[in-house]
Amino acid sequence: MVLDFVVPSPQGTSWGLGGTCVNVGCVPKKLMHQAALLGQALNDSRKFGWEYGQQVKHNWETMTEAIQNHISSLNWGHRLSLREKSVDYVNSYGEFVEHHRIKATNRKGQETSYTAAKFVIATGERPRYLGIQGDKEYCITSDDLFSLPYCPGKTLVVGASYVALECAGVLTGLGLDVTVMVRSVLLRGFDQEMAERVGSYMEQHGVKFLRKFIPVMVQQLEKGSPGKLKVVAKSTEGPETIEGVYNTVLLAIGRDSCTRKMGLDKIGVKINKKTGKIPVNDVEQTNVPYVYAVGDILEGKLELTPVAIQAGKLLARRLFGGCLEKCDYVNVPTTVFTPLEYGCCGLSEEKAIEMYKKENLEVYHTFFWPLEWTVAGRDNNTCYAKIICNKFDNYRVIGFHVLGPNAGEVTQGFAAAMKCGLTKQLLDDTIGIHPTCGEVFTTLEITKSSGLDITQKGC
Amino acid sequence: MAVMAMAAALRGPGGRFRWRTQATAGGVRGSARGAAAGRQDYNLLVIGGGSGGLACAKEAAQLGMKVAVVDYVEPSPRGTRWGLGGTCVNVGCIPKKLIHQAALLGGMIRDAPHYGWDVAQPVLHDWRKMAEAVQNYVKSLNWGHRVQLQDRKVKYFNIKASFVNEHTICGVTKGGKEIEGALEYGITSDDIFWLKESPGKTLVVGASYVALECAGFLTGLGLDTTVMMRSIPLRGFDQQMSSLVTAYMASQGTRFLKHCTPSRVQKLPDGQLQVTWEDLTSGKENMGTFSTVLWAIGRIPETRSLNLENAGINTNPNSQKILVDAQEATSVPHIYAIGDVAEGRPELTPTAIMAGKLLARRLYGQSLDVMDYSNVPTTVFTPLEYGCVGLSEEEAMARHGEEHVEVYHAYYKPLEFTVAERDASQCYIKMVCLRKPPQLVLGLHFLGPNAGEVTQGFALGIKCGASYEQVMRTVGIHPTCAEEVAKLRISKRSGLDPTVTGC
Repeated sequence: MVLDFVVPSPQGTSWGLGGTCVNVGCVPKKLMHQAALLGQALNDSRKFGWEYGQQVKHNWETMTEAIQNHISSLNWGHRLSLREKSVDYVNSYGEFVEHHRIKATNRKGQETSYTAAKFVIATGERPRYLGIQGDKEYCITSDDLFSLPYCPGKTLVVGASYVALECAGVLTGLGLDVTVMVRSVLLRGFDQEMAERVGSYMEQHGVKFLRKFIPVMVQQLEKGSPGKLKVVAKSTEGPETIEGVYNTVLLAIGRDSCTRKMGLDKIGVKINKKTGKIPVNDVEQTNVPYVYAVGDILEGKLELTPVAIQAGKLLARRLFGGCLEKCDYVNVPTTVFTPLEYGCCGLSEEKAIEMYKKENLEVYHTFFWPLEWTVAGRDNNTCYAKIICNKFDNYRVIGFHVLGPNAGEVTQGFAAAMKCGLTKQLLDDTIGIHPTCGEVFTTLEITKSSGLDITQKGC
Repeated sequence: MAVMAMAAALRGPGGRFRWRTQATAGGVRGSARGAAAGRQDYNLLVIGGGSGGLACAKEAAQLGMKVAVVDYVEPSPRGTRWGLGGTCVNVGCIPKKLIHQAALLGGMIRDAPHYGWDVAQPVLHDWRKMAEAVQNYVKSLNWGHRVQLQDRKVKYFNIKASFVNEHTICGVTKGGKEIEGALEYGITSDDIFWLKESPGKTLVVGASYVALECAGFLTGLGLDTTVMMRSIPLRGFDQQMSSLVTAYMASQGTRFLKHCTPSRVQKLPDGQLQVTWEDLTSGKENMGTFSTVLWAIGRIPETRSLNLENAGINTNPNSQKILVDAQEATSVPHIYAIGDVAEGRPELTPTAIMAGKLLARRLYGQSLDVMDYSNVPTTVFTPLEYGCVGLSEEEAMARHGEEHVEVYHAYYKPLEFTVAERDASQCYIKMVCLRKPPQLVLGLHFLGPNAGEVTQGFALGIKCGASYEQVMRTVGIHPTCAEEVAKLRISKRSGLDPTVTGC
């Protein structure tokens, strides 16, 4: 049985079966990102000979309707697929009442009780709010953005997570006036050099950044769809305060695990008091032997759909299929779908230095110019590739970073190669596919330690 | 039919090479350095300034050698000529991918309204504007190469090497039959990238990747395009994948005349070309009218014009390519051949570049590294791109036997196709493995958007000896097309439906 229930967001948004990824994450995010990229493609296409009227406008409602239709088809697909496999789906909120027993409350408030031999908690997370005046009443989050029935207009995005940057990037690409308010660093936890390059590209392409500020108050000036909001923010470094007026304020400051209100204390499942995350062993088992957990709520694991899927499948196979395979969390690749995409696998440069010491590492890097950018007139020293090698393990590639178009497509195969023990020599021995962006990794020569110039010239 | 520049490195006995140049009438392009007569001292003379030749020359110069590059472009029958850089830069990879991009952008313009962009359809394409932009970029690369040679003190001569004869280009089929009008009225890939005016309604003759890529982008730019093939598409490539490639092209409007060979091309009073062909299945003759006929039936190396027999260099009489060993050496000591002109080598820019570099390092840098030509990845930039590395299914079966091969496959739908309402019927991935655990990956075949980008990293995986199990342990990046490779679960042998469902 699957119990799934979506508590409506403070703005009243709810959705169907499938979780964050399908409804308010990866899927609508990437589709909106595609809409924004198409805007750029429209611009480029003129240089390639395509002719049409000057100003091309974007219609928000057309886009969201199309995206929501696709999401509905996915919700439906999941329901069908559960039915085909004879899995009971109950649209109710589940809470533990005692060992092996939960109570399920549906939208109408009706309660039903269920028992089971084993339980898997996979309740995921929801966006965090600031805890300031006006936040829940007037601000939206990624839970609301992808189905917003009106164009958000001039937007303030609060946060520096990949969610914040991806959303800000999309909205700018669709032609909106966007500001990002950042408390300290961009993309915490990611390679900071890459994070700054991501941010720099966004800035060059019209995204405004307010760095080292946090909002202290959100006030409604005008009602509407969208209305007008006044935001007061305080500097993190001094007494300075600033004010701004926006149509929409989008909070993207982090996500909280949905583990605090499901009676886990009643059965003694340990959770991290501060984060709400659940610590598990290497077979995804909690401290209570019949209770397992997968996905974003796991402590110390990556918050990614494919990781959750892999962990979930393998867990089921171990519990019921006699399989012994555990989920491999090492060298999991990911991609940030900002206007210029950032794909990575393995360690950030900072983490690598921390673990191995700088003198034991060799970092190779280069700018590269995607061929498609040449005629389009885009900059030739923006896209960037970097690998971090461990000198004492055969120059094993322990970190892979690429900033460029189709970063996800590029990174995936390299992640497989890293799984197979990729070294610098193997990279050098492999022939590139020409002309692509990915081939740049087969001809990396300049090291950071050499201090040589990596600016680009010709083919 | 196009011919290619070759890259041959000549090193004289005692480490120095002397050569005399003669200005040939009617063929010399003006260049201050060009018509140098008299003796020169060089460690290395490279004939052919393309991918392989330039890489070898630059590397040798970097190792301290005195190097000269001789590059000359014999104008095509249509009079097209170009600068330094070889096929890739001037009439291959670079203009091809740029024009492919122009065609893809046309598709994106059609997608845009689905995503909310208010673009009135249909949108028209201006060939001239595109051609000018592409040609300007290519010229900047020609210039870039000249500067690079200068920076490395490599001498560049834009003249033919002294033992070159006049060579002929003719529209010869495999059987050696000459086609009336082919030479006078047809163009080739040497010309298409340099056309100032749109080619209009085009007949592409051939089934090579050149033929399909050109036909693909012409269709994408809105031109009425037909492909005439004698037999199978993309000979040498995995045939299941090749038929999916052409099926997609057909769904996008490219017409295919299969099992047909042209017999005659005539010019009509209004300037149009009338092509007569034989349908090999029915034996009947057919006719059609086109603005342009593009021949893409294969390429031959420019070895005849070099009079290699005079130097005692052996060639394969069928392909006319130069026979080389693992060190790229020809039958004559101190004469080497790399790039497309060498027998048995993949005809790809990156392999030529690497071969050129490694050769220079072996000759002058005390290196012993020899090229590894196995598992070279490549991509065919047809409208739906096809990236591959390793063995085709047929090759794997032939080499290992059907019982020892396991093929995993999937039909998938790129997320971006959903809202755009694009047909994804031919988006397909196939991984050919050994059946025995851990199931070594023998070949990967990917048909879909950005195939080159997807394939590159997996080629690395194969170089690392990836097994199916290792690829399956790799977590996918979501949402991408590439992740589908790491999710291949259905084998052909199982007979189960390989269509990917759901998120």
